Amino acid sequence: MTEMTEASVRAEVRAWLEANWNVDYGLVEWRNILIDSGWGVPTWPTDWYGKGLPAGLAAVVDEEFARIGAVGVAKAGIRRLAAATLLAHGTPAQKQQFLRRSLSGENTWCQLFSEPGSGSDLAGATTKAERKGNRWVINGQKVWTTSAHHADWGLLLARTNVDVPKHQGLSYFIIDMHQPGVDVHPLRQMNGHASFNQVFLTDAEVLPEHLVLDVGRGWAVATTTLMHERREADGVRVWGQASVGVGRIYDEERAENATVMEPYKWYPQRAGRVDLVIERAKAAGVNGDPVVRQEIAKLLTLSKSAEWTARRARAAQMQGRPQGPEGSLGKLASSHVARAAARVHTLISGADAMLSGADGPMNGLIAEILVSVPAGSIAGGTDEIQRNIISERVLEMPKEPRTDNDRPFRDVPKNLVM
Amino acid sequence: MQFSFTSEQEEFRSVLRRFLEDKSPTTTVRRLMETEAGWDRAAWQELNQQLGLTAIHIPEAYGGQGFSFVELGIVLEEMGRALLCAPYFSSTVLAATAIVNAGTEAQKRELLPVIADGSCIAALAFTEPNGRWDASGVEMTATRDGGLFRLDGVKSFVVDGHTADLIVVLARGVAGLSFFTVRGDALGLTRRALKVVDPTRKLAMLNFRSVEATLLGEEGGAAAPFAKTMTRAAACLANEMVGGAERLRQSALDYANLRVQFGRTIASFQSMKHKQADMLIDVELAKSAAYAAASAAAEDDPDLPAIASLAKAAASEAYMQTAISTIQIHGGIGFTWDNDTHLWFKRAKASEVFLGDPAWHREAMMRAWNV
Repeated sequence: MTEMTEASVRAEVRAWLEANWNVDYGLVEWRNILIDSGWGVPTWPTDWYGKGLPAGLAAVVDEEFARIGAVGVAKAGIRRLAAATLLAHGTPAQKQQFLRRSLSGENTWCQLFSEPGSGSDLAGATTKAERKGNRWVINGQKVWTTSAHHADWGLLLARTNVDVPKHQGLSYFIIDMHQPGVDVHPLRQMNGHASFNQVFLTDAEVLPEHLVLDVGRGWAVATTTLMHERREADGVRVWGQASVGVGRIYDEERAENATVMEPYKWYPQRAGRVDLVIERAKAAGVNGDPVVRQEIAKLLTLSKSAEWTARRARAAQMQGRPQGPEGSLGKLASSHVARAAARVHTLISGADAMLSGADGPMNGLIAEILVSVPAGSIAGGTDEIQRNIISERVLEMPKEPRTDNDRPFRDVPKNLVM
Repeated sequence: MQFSFTSEQEEFRSVLRRFLEDKSPTTTVRRLMETEAGWDRAAWQELNQQLGLTAIHIPEAYGGQGFSFVELGIVLEEMGRALLCAPYFSSTVLAATAIVNAGTEAQKRELLPVIADGSCIAALAFTEPNGRWDASGVEMTATRDGGLFRLDGVKSFVVDGHTADLIVVLARGVAGLSFFTVRGDALGLTRRALKVVDPTRKLAMLNFRSVEATLLGEEGGAAAPFAKTMTRAAACLANEMVGGAERLRQSALDYANLRVQFGRTIASFQSMKHKQADMLIDVELAKSAAYAAASAAAEDDPDLPAIASLAKAAASEAYMQTAISTIQIHGGIGFTWDNDTHLWFKRAKASEVFLGDPAWHREAMMRAWNV
C-alpha cells in the first residue's frame, strides 16, 4: 500500500464522494454504502468498516464531507459511544449484530450507568445481574438515562459479585430495552425539561451472548465508554446540527436529529450562551455602564482563553504530540465560563432576571440559562471530580486514600438515603 | 492563528531555558536586584553574544534576526520564568519596537543595529507622574529650536530609564504627538532611580529641562506608532508574566509534595489538590491568551489590540493569583525574605499595573470590539 498523506487521502475521498454521493438516497441506504466504503468511520480498522486512518487524516475526511454537505454515519447521541465501546471490547458476534446497525442509525442506544446511590462513584453501582438458567436477570434502578424512552438497546453496568472488591464485581451487558422488565420514567429537572429518565429494572433479562468481555471486567469496558463520552462531549452537539440541504436524505436526517437531539436542546443554555451577551447588553441599553462592561470583559476573557486552550489541545492532538495539561482542563473551564455567563446575564437583565417564559427576556431564554447552568458542573463528572483527575493524573499528586477498594463490596458502607 | 509551537520553536525554548537557568539563578537575581542599576553590563554582553536575544524580532535589514513576535514571546516567557535582571523589556521590546514603528529608514539603520547587538541600551519614556498608560497622559512639551527640538517636563515609571544609553521620548508639540531620541547623558536631563516594589525591574524618573532632542520619524505622527508599540508591548508582557506564573505554580507543587504535616505530605490533602488544579487552569488559560496575542502580533492581525489587552488582563490576574496561592501554600516560610517566592510575587504585582492594570485593559478590549 502506498503511504497515505493528507493530499492523497483528500484526493481519494473527494473522488469517492463525487462518484457516490447523492441526495436522493434514503438515509439508511446511503449510510450502508458509506459503511461498506470505509469512509464512514475512517479511523476504524479495515476489518470493521474503517480505513485505519490516524486522527489527523480522518479530519481531512470530515472536511471533505463538510465541504459538499455529505451526510455521515449516525454519530449523535449514545450510539456513537456504543459503537466505539463494542468495537473495542465486543465479541465478533456482537460486532456483527450491532456495529453496522448503530452506524446506519437503525439502532438507538442509552447508557445505564448512573444510579441514585452511585453518581461520582460510578463503580459503586448496586443494580444486580444474576445468572438464572440461560439468562442474566437484572434488578435495580438507573438514573440520568438520556433517550431511554426511545432506545432499542442499553449499555448496562451491573453487579455480578458482592464478595469481591467493588471494581472486580461489575459486568457490562447489552440489554434489550423493549421488554416487560424495563420500565422507563421521565425525570423532571429544575429547569422544567425532562431530558433524562429513571429506568427501573425488574427481573429484566439479558441473553448470555450479550455480556461484553468477561464477568467481572465490566469496569474496564465502562471506562472505555466514559473515555469516549468525555472526548466527544462537544461533538454530540456539533453532530446534532442537521444540514439545511434540500433533498430526501436531508429530510430524513433532520427527522432523525429531531428525535435524537431533543434531550440536548437546552444544552447551549447550560453552557451559558456567551454569544448573546454583547447583543443583549446593547439591547438593554447597559453596554455603556462601566460595571457591566467590566463584567462582560471578564467573561469574554475567560471564554476566549478557554476556547484557545481547547484549540491548543486539538493542535497538539493533530500533530500526534503527547497531550499537555491543556487537554484535561476543558470540562472545568466550561463550568467557570457558564457560571460567569449566568452572572453577566443576570446583571444585564436587572429586575427582568426574575421573569421567565413569555414574560422573561428573550421569551424565557435568559431564564432558561439561569436555571440550566448548575447542570454543567455536575453532568459528565463534577467539578470536584475534575479537580481530582487534574491533580492526580496531570499533576501526579497523591491519590485520595481509599477505604472501599480493599474489601468485599458487601462490606462497603452505602447510602441509607438516596 | 497559531495554536502550537513548531519543533524548532520548542527546541529554542529548551535551549533558552537551560541557558537562563545557568545564567540567572536566584542568587544572581538577588545580587543584581540590590544594585541601583539592576543589571550588569558584562553579563548582559555575554548573554547577547551567545544567543543574540536582543536582535530577535528586529528586522534583518537593521542588524536583527528577523524572527516574529512568537519567538519574542518565547524569549519573554523564559525570561519571566527565570526573572532575568536585564534591560531586555526596556530596550528590545519597548524602545526597539517604537523605533521600528516610528523611525525613518535612515534612523532605523542608524539606531537599531546597536540595540540589536546589545551595545546600546535604549529605554522608552512615555509615562509621566500622572501614571496614565495612553497618550492622553503626555504633558511633556517639545519646542522647535533650529533643526532640533528641546524637551521640557517629567517622565516617570521609565523602565531602566536611569541606566539607558538612549532614551526614546514621547512628547507634545505644536504639530501634536511626536517621538524623539535623547542621549542618556544629555545636558539638562536628570535621572533618578525610583524606589520600587519589584527590585528586579528598575523604574526611573527623568527630569527634562530644555534637553536637546532629535525628532524620531514624522513630526506630529507618533500617535499611531505609539499605539501599535503599546499593543505589541502588552502582548509581550503577557508572555513574560505567564512564564513567571508557571514557575511559581511548579514551585508551589514541588513544595506541597515535600512538606509533611499531620504525618502526610500536604499534597495528599484534597484541599491542596483542588487548589493546585485551580492554579493549573488559571495559568494554562492565561498562557493560551498570551500565545494567541503573540501569534496575532506576528500576523499583524487587525484584532490584535483587543487580543493583546485580553491577554494582558488575563495574565495579570493569573500571575497575581498564582503568586498569592504560592505564598499561601508555602505557609510561614513563604512570607520570609529568604524564600524566593516573594521575588516573583513582587514582579507579579508590578506587572499587574505596568502598561495598564486589568480593568484598564478590559475597557480597552471592549472599545476595540466596539461594545
